[in-house]
Amino acid sequence: MTRRQQLKNTHYERRVYRHRVAISIIFVVTMISILIARYGQLQIADYNIYKTHSDRNRIQLLPIAPKRGLIFDRNGVLLAENIPSYTLTVVKERLESLDETLAIIGELIPLAEEDIEQFRKRLSRRRPYEAVPLKFRVSEEEIAKIAVNRYRIPGVEIDAQLVRHYPHGELFAHVLGYVGRISERELDEIDPVNYSGTHHIGKIGLEKYYEELLHGTVGYQNVESNAHGRILRVLERHDPQPGGDIHLSVDAYVQQVAFEALKGQRGAIVAMDPRTGGVIAMVSTPSYDANLFVNGISSADYNALQNDPDLPLYNRALQGQYPPASTIKPIWGLAGLQYGMVTTATRIADPGWFTLPNDSRRYRDWKRGGHGYSVNLEQAIVQSCDVYFYELAYRLGIDRLHDFGARFGLGVPTGIDNTNERSGILPSRAWKEEVRNSHWYPGETISVGIGQGFMLATPLQLAVATSVIASRGELRAPRLLASVDGEKVIAPLLGRMDDVPDAYWDAITQGMEQVVASPQGTARGLKAGLTYRMAAKTGTAQVVGIAAGEKYDSSTLHKRNWDHALFVAFAPAEDPKIAVSVIIENGEHGGSVAGPAARKVFEAFLVGEPKTVPTPMDITPEVWVDE
Amino acid sequence: MNNSDFVRQLPGSNRSISSQRTISQRLRIDIPLLLLLLILSGVGLGVLYSASDGSMDTVIRQGRYLSVAFVVMLLVAQLHTEQLQRWAPFAYIGCVMLLLAVDFVGVGAKGAQRWLGIGGFRFQPSEIAKLVMPMAVAWYLSTHPLPPSFRHTFISLVLILIPTGLIVIQPDLGTSILIATSGIFVLFLAGISWGFIFSCLGLLAMMAYPMWEFVLHDYQRQRILTMLNPESDKLGAGWNIIQSKTAIGSGGFEGKGWLLGTQSHLDFLPESHTDFIIAVLAEEFGLRGVLLLLLLYGLIVSRGLWIASQAKQCFGRLLGGSIILTFFVYVFVNMGMVSGLLPVVGVPLPLVSQGGTSLVTLLVGFGILMGICADERLVHQ
Repeated sequence: MTRRQQLKNTHYERRVYRHRVAISIIFVVTMISILIARYGQLQIADYNIYKTHSDRNRIQLLPIAPKRGLIFDRNGVLLAENIPSYTLTVVKERLESLDETLAIIGELIPLAEEDIEQFRKRLSRRRPYEAVPLKFRVSEEEIAKIAVNRYRIPGVEIDAQLVRHYPHGELFAHVLGYVGRISERELDEIDPVNYSGTHHIGKIGLEKYYEELLHGTVGYQNVESNAHGRILRVLERHDPQPGGDIHLSVDAYVQQVAFEALKGQRGAIVAMDPRTGGVIAMVSTPSYDANLFVNGISSADYNALQNDPDLPLYNRALQGQYPPASTIKPIWGLAGLQYGMVTTATRIADPGWFTLPNDSRRYRDWKRGGHGYSVNLEQAIVQSCDVYFYELAYRLGIDRLHDFGARFGLGVPTGIDNTNERSGILPSRAWKEEVRNSHWYPGETISVGIGQGFMLATPLQLAVATSVIASRGELRAPRLLASVDGEKVIAPLLGRMDDVPDAYWDAITQGMEQVVASPQGTARGLKAGLTYRMAAKTGTAQVVGIAAGEKYDSSTLHKRNWDHALFVAFAPAEDPKIAVSVIIENGEHGGSVAGPAARKVFEAFLVGEPKTVPTPMDITPEVWVDE
Repeated sequence: MNNSDFVRQLPGSNRSISSQRTISQRLRIDIPLLLLLLILSGVGLGVLYSASDGSMDTVIRQGRYLSVAFVVMLLVAQLHTEQLQRWAPFAYIGCVMLLLAVDFVGVGAKGAQRWLGIGGFRFQPSEIAKLVMPMAVAWYLSTHPLPPSFRHTFISLVLILIPTGLIVIQPDLGTSILIATSGIFVLFLAGISWGFIFSCLGLLAMMAYPMWEFVLHDYQRQRILTMLNPESDKLGAGWNIIQSKTAIGSGGFEGKGWLLGTQSHLDFLPESHTDFIIAVLAEEFGLRGVLLLLLLYGLIVSRGLWIASQAKQCFGRLLGGSIILTFFVYVFVNMGMVSGLLPVVGVPLPLVSQGGTSLVTLLVGFGILMGICADERLVHQ
């Protein structure tokens, strides 16, 4: 010990030390109290808050997409199904670098610029923790490549989902339409909750019209996931409610026959049951493969369809508006009877032309020299005498023509359960005033008398109007849907013409039957071998106006300017089960060109047992994967 | 009769009755302290097993560190306090030179130079400073009459500031503050005047703004801001605090049960093996577990303070008291930062957090305490 230390007052130093230790103990106790207070605050006072935080951390609510309803024809042929498809998805939140990840994926599997562009667009709309699809229809080989390299690309997942598939490709494209990926605009309109697990939505056609029915209700599961978003276990599951399976009134076999009958031509056929309004076949040719649209059509494919001069994307049955031409004559004939302008016995002279009083303009008959000096209503229908109907239209006047035509569903959309239907034109004074801003001229009534001039109708409207004749006055909105999950759907009855006596219906039906049966009938070519009674009317619609004194000569006209061939019919005439309208663009002759197509449809539907169509198996192997 | 005399005589008289030295005396260990430390280490291993998701490897590795550290503690306990006192000035000079070496030739990690590599072996001189600092200040003050005069206080402060400054520029603000604290505890226990203490505190308060503006690094400022408002940076720096508070709070009073903490097992809790391990304990054992842990720490600190105050030598008293109070500060800072009371400064929870180096430093400190204790008993015999 040094001398200096000896000078220290050891006792005093100890006392100071103990004093300081006592203060230290107070310090320690205070600090421990602070800690206890803090942990008590967190664990007792705020327990509920943090408990909720903790649960919210680990428990995630994940949507489960409902299975989209299947679509069958009336005999149970599958028209739209769901097959598994693999999608490459990316969760932005879990990426280290988006560009780097895309570069790595691009090295592993082919990735089109277009895919990346679309992906970036989608990415901007979704939340960072949502899986955003990058590439659809990933093949098994590509899945394997991604799986092996998964450690390099965290946040990239393969998502298996059911995707819509149309086994019959183009056969039903214009009936069913198609589903496609939900667009940004649609995202604003749909219920975000119900669609939280869904990537596809009906874009057009039946798929769009019955979207709500087919989609179903979203389910969800509570899952426990870790901080990286990986799902560890499912805590609770509420199964989605699948969309309704629907049966159509469409008969796939009849549809196929109708489609074959129009093959290579531009045209449309609509067949419906006049008793129920159920659509039996609805064909528009050329058609397209609806499967192309399901996961986003490539721009090359789309441009090819869009620029095709035959307009395959155009649904002629609903959107094509054609002059009904002579197919309108039975209706005008009935109007003449109903308004008392003619009787079945009234005879009109047809010199081959018609002139209005005080007007020198000659409205020519299609038949040079006319149909003789005493043409009655039946003959006028059978031979499609224009002059008779010029005279009849003149007597009725445009107002009555309009009113009567409206009772057959002309001039307004039929209300079919499909999209983009057009209304055609049933001209009237008011219509002309509004659209053309001009008075109605008497000469225009004359054109309407033979279904030309301003008058336009869709093939569907003609089928509906024909059904009204077949059912003797019952106007029904045509229906593609027959039943949902086994429950029958009835087409609404829009009107019933009880005021028209049976005798008038008989007269018109008789005339239409003779169109086929009579040796003078414009569709006499269809008579041979007919095992049932068919009532029909042919039509030939002018595409270009032929000046007075000129003669229509197809050899001098471009094919696109040839007349359209039309044909409406129902059968059996005494108990109609099917009504049909056929239009073949630039087909020239209703009776000989469009008529046989209608007869094929009748045979397919009426003769023999109902037939089904085998499901084609020409599905690309990369899409067809076993579950 | 003075209370202190009573306390001093009681154990001495007991031992004089049992004329033979007990095993603990011969091995120079303090049985209550050793038991408490062993219990705490056991608790630590249990929590670590859960924090590492049931990884036995992690637990075995930590167990190996613990064994080494306890052996080192027992070896250090064999040193006599006078020896430590003699080595203190040289240890201090050596330590300062090592710290200088770190600043010039140190190995960096995350933008800070804290490591010194010698022949493939890396160590942190700041760990040595944790023990050398109180030794040096205790050595200096014990050679002068106490309470220290202004001059001695000033020289002590210089002794404190040299290593502290060298660690600040590494930069490692958290460690430097803790090391400075260990020196300041020596000064406090030596009895510096209250007037001096309060004027220093006043000066510090005045310095706070310039410190904030000019001394603190961006990341340090960020830590403090984040602590004050973790919600401001939910996915960034605030994530750790939000998740650890969630872990603690969701444990409630009873806890979720051992191995059943969702925050830690589902990887929400960061650094769950190391600095944030108290959150695992709080989540799985609840407030009950936290209270028991605090009780353990409280008992260790009480025993430590008792041992220190028994020391006859001034040096041993000051050193022992500083070691045990610094130990408590570690506990407080760790538990405070994990629960969002203090900024996150990277202080492990003593004897519970995973890690080798800090464990050895800690137990060397307890070895010194045990040595002080044994010396005291020796004197009584």
